[in-house]
Amino acid sequence: MSTSITGWLTDPVNWSGPDGIPAQTLAHLELSGMALTIALVIGVPVGLLIGHTGRGAFLVGGLANALRALPTLGVLMIAVLLITPHIASDLAFTIPSLIVLVLLAVPPILTNTYAGVFAVDAAAVDAARGMGWRGRDILLRVQLPCALPLILSGIRAAALQIIATATVAAYVSLGGLGRFLIDGLAQSDYAQMAGGAILVAALALAVELLLLGLARLLVSPGLTRRVSRRTSPPAVPASATATATAQ
Amino acid sequence: MTAAEWLRRNAGEIADLTAWHLWLSILPLLIGLLVALPLGRLAHRSRRLYPMLVALAGLVYTVPSLALFILLPKLLGTRILDPVNVVIALSVYTTALLVRVVADGLAAVPADVIQSAHAMGYRSHQRLIRIELPIAVPVIAAGLRVAAVSNVSIVSMAALLGVPQLGSLFTQGFQLHFFTPIVTGVVLSLVIALVLDGLILLAGHSLTPWQPRRSAR
Repeated sequence: MSTSITGWLTDPVNWSGPDGIPAQTLAHLELSGMALTIALVIGVPVGLLIGHTGRGAFLVGGLANALRALPTLGVLMIAVLLITPHIASDLAFTIPSLIVLVLLAVPPILTNTYAGVFAVDAAAVDAARGMGWRGRDILLRVQLPCALPLILSGIRAAALQIIATATVAAYVSLGGLGRFLIDGLAQSDYAQMAGGAILVAALALAVELLLLGLARLLVSPGLTRRVSRRTSPPAVPASATATATAQ
Repeated sequence: MTAAEWLRRNAGEIADLTAWHLWLSILPLLIGLLVALPLGRLAHRSRRLYPMLVALAGLVYTVPSLALFILLPKLLGTRILDPVNVVIALSVYTTALLVRVVADGLAAVPADVIQSAHAMGYRSHQRLIRIELPIAVPVIAAGLRVAAVSNVSIVSMAALLGVPQLGSLFTQGFQLHFFTPIVTGVVLSLVIALVLDGLILLAGHSLTPWQPRRSAR
């Protein structure tokens, strides 16, 4: 109880066993990974389709805004109370948590994918069409690579949201780094709470850096937009970036 | 107990929690805007500061809100239950979000407008307040709307620590296995988000009467 935060973080007891820091980090990553995968499977194809065809764009904006306003904690609790009577196993807590995390993660992925494809220089698409390419080739070989920086930043935002919110799953008795926050609070053990909070923040930071590195690897070097945007005076989002590339 | 009965009995407490929720969402919005304006201007004027401030803002944003609520008492010497932690955490997030928005909004002011103002004898400070900021209002208002809506949603997380606001209805309902408080809390916080969003939209429009009235993005 009276240990300091560093004391708690460095105590070997907290680093072993099924409730230790490595095990809970793994549980946190497992839940987050599952949620992100589901969100990607939903968000990327739908975003690509809407961006490519231009149909349903108004839906994306409205839906994304409405979902941003939804209080995660309340929705999670409603989902748990609805599902627990029907399922006996741990899934009664996993499924609601996944639903909530996916609800959070789909909007940034979907909107960024859509906006990324939509903002691709029309001249590049026309050039591809002039070379005789058809819809799917244009989408996958021109629009997707050009939109990749924006798509990846949407995925990064989604991943951060998921990692932050997966903490809350501990309140409905799931594992993960949130355990330390919730248990620490229940035992009025501030060192444990703060230690857990530092671990969550560190995990979020590590994932952010990993995804930034991944973006560097994946984005075609021909798309100098990312580089030029940093050195040249900043441009306004959506509309202005479109004009900047057109110039 | 039926839903209607629960609502009638707890009307007073619900009103209190709603007021707390409003206060905890709006105050950080104002503080964040006040801090972001000079920082954003600084970022806009300096090519070297811009990427640094934007990167720093991104870094701040990676810290999960619940973690920040818990770590702030240690840094500030406050108690963990203190609503001040929530206000400061959300002010930091709002600032992080708006610094870039303000800088980008100022960058969107056409160069010839600035030159005309200069030629008319506006000094840099006057020009900022009377020309540049008003022109940047649509961009800043769009950023404020995002900040407002996400603030309303993040505030409820503080319920896990016992800070009173609409999120308290979630934990109450969850412990009692009773839907009514949770649904009430969700609906009220959606309404608050919607109202704040609409108010900022209206304020943005009334500050920029020269703008064509297009449908909101």
